[in-house]
Amino acid sequence: MFDDLRDLYQEVILDHGKNPRNFGKPASFNRTARGDNPMCGDKITVYLTVGEDGIIQDAGFDGRGCAISQASASLMTEILKGKPVKEAEALFGSFHDMCTKDDEEWTDHGPVDPDAMDKLQVMSGVREFPMRVKCATLAWHTMNAAVHGEAVTSTENAAF
Amino acid sequence: MSNTAPLGTATAPHGSNAPYDVMRVRQDFPILSRLVHEKPGRPGKPLVYLDNAASAQKPRQVIDAMSRLLEEDYANVHRGVHFLSQRSTDLYEATRDKVAAFLNAPSRENIVFTRNATEAINLVAQSWGGKHLKAGDTVLLSHMEHHANIVPWQLLRDRIGIGIKVVPVLDDGALDMDAYADMLTDDVKLVAITHASNVLGTVNPAREIVRLARAKDKTVLLDGSQAAVHMPVDVQSIDPDLYVFTGHKLYGPTGIGALYGRKEVLDSMPPYQGGGDMISTVTFEKTTYREAPYRFEAGTPPIIEGVGLGAAIDYVKEIGMDAIMAHEQRLLAHAMDRLADIEGLRLIGTAPGKAAIISFTIDGIHPHDIGTLLDRAGVAVRVGRHCTEPLMERFGVGATARASFGLYNTEDEAAMLADAVRAAKDFWG
Repeated sequence: MFDDLRDLYQEVILDHGKNPRNFGKPASFNRTARGDNPMCGDKITVYLTVGEDGIIQDAGFDGRGCAISQASASLMTEILKGKPVKEAEALFGSFHDMCTKDDEEWTDHGPVDPDAMDKLQVMSGVREFPMRVKCATLAWHTMNAAVHGEAVTSTENAAF
Repeated sequence: MSNTAPLGTATAPHGSNAPYDVMRVRQDFPILSRLVHEKPGRPGKPLVYLDNAASAQKPRQVIDAMSRLLEEDYANVHRGVHFLSQRSTDLYEATRDKVAAFLNAPSRENIVFTRNATEAINLVAQSWGGKHLKAGDTVLLSHMEHHANIVPWQLLRDRIGIGIKVVPVLDDGALDMDAYADMLTDDVKLVAITHASNVLGTVNPAREIVRLARAKDKTVLLDGSQAAVHMPVDVQSIDPDLYVFTGHKLYGPTGIGALYGRKEVLDSMPPYQGGGDMISTVTFEKTTYREAPYRFEAGTPPIIEGVGLGAAIDYVKEIGMDAIMAHEQRLLAHAMDRLADIEGLRLIGTAPGKAAIISFTIDGIHPHDIGTLLDRAGVAVRVGRHCTEPLMERFGVGATARASFGLYNTEDEAAMLADAVRAAKDFWG
């Protein structure tokens, strides 16, 4: 009945959705923001520790949401550790493009780790599900708000 | 083609004593025969439309009534002296009579057209509330209100400093009537409560709500958005001061709803918006306003939608609200039965006598994912907070999946809902 949904719900997503990595409020962090998706009620908080050198030393999140949003947050936090904030922003841009546009339409948001983009490719199935794009990008919007010092963001304010 | 044919007169799906012929009813709804998710190399799935509480599908009679108006009779209303304007006006105003009869209102003068139920509540908040409420007065809501019956009161609170109190909801989704009776304190001036919950399906004891409030001189507004589509509503029997409903959930078009008000109540209310038809005379110094209900209808009204709503009311009356209610109750019982033994499924809202709305969660699967999975099986349900965030908090859930039934749904579809839920659980592993 759901065979074609495997494009959306790949095993990696189901795994991360059910067992999210870096879940829970860490003991210390110096950047945080809360993200809301008012349509579905998903709320997540992203916690980052950014060093003076601009490197993200630690990333975590908590909150509730669907498998897509939880898996996206889980993958994101894994990928961000050790990356400069500047690259995190570029990854956000590229990930956003991946979720919303065909390959040839991607904008250059700055250099990004190709391995990271390969790993994120698993989320690209949402392109076929426009209603679920906000689920996939919620964590990234929230991360972006955190590094820019905004305490609360909402996918309703984001042109996705 | 005749120019005097009554618009929107439904052909009888069945006689008053015939068994409910749902397959005959379904033929009136063109959209129900379409397939969804059809792609080259992939057959589509029959549509199982269970999102009626969000908006209902439209019968051909409604579609035709609107098309016919546009093709044969359309002009602006209440203004022209020419033939089409008169014709359009008559057809549009005929809906006011149909709404009055549908709610058993004493007169057409009790019916104000609005864009939808939300606008009707905002009208009451701004007009009635602005006139009759002052700082320190309290509006009594319930915990199961739709945002449309919360936010307008908060806007008013921020403007004039009223208080808001909330009647609790019991664990099964019933309104706590003991608490309600206790909360009718002197400061409460208005009770604004939904007649039926869009999430729980709970049908509140409207007559008792009004009786208790009236005994203490409170004004009562009932939100009938969900009730008016599932059961007969008689405003003279229930006797609220104000009652609202919307057209698009009643198999009519979007953009048209209605506010019923008792005459004294409407007469006491100042204009809501200014311009156009609500005016008697205008000078730059002073404007005088028309009597209610026309005082509340500024600008060119939704003429096409109004005629569509009239056709929708004809349609449901032809079938009979009692027959619709009985049919939907059979579907509800069937669906509840089929869902009951699904492990990990939690029903939110199990009050006795509830309307055919089923909100649920499944352990380990977020409602949003349930929604996507069911959709791929052809089953359209709503997922999320249903514009009732406080109610979600009350039941400790972020969101639910919600199946809501309408007059064209079948027992097979109720079974397909349960089958799709089982398959979704299997898929999730």
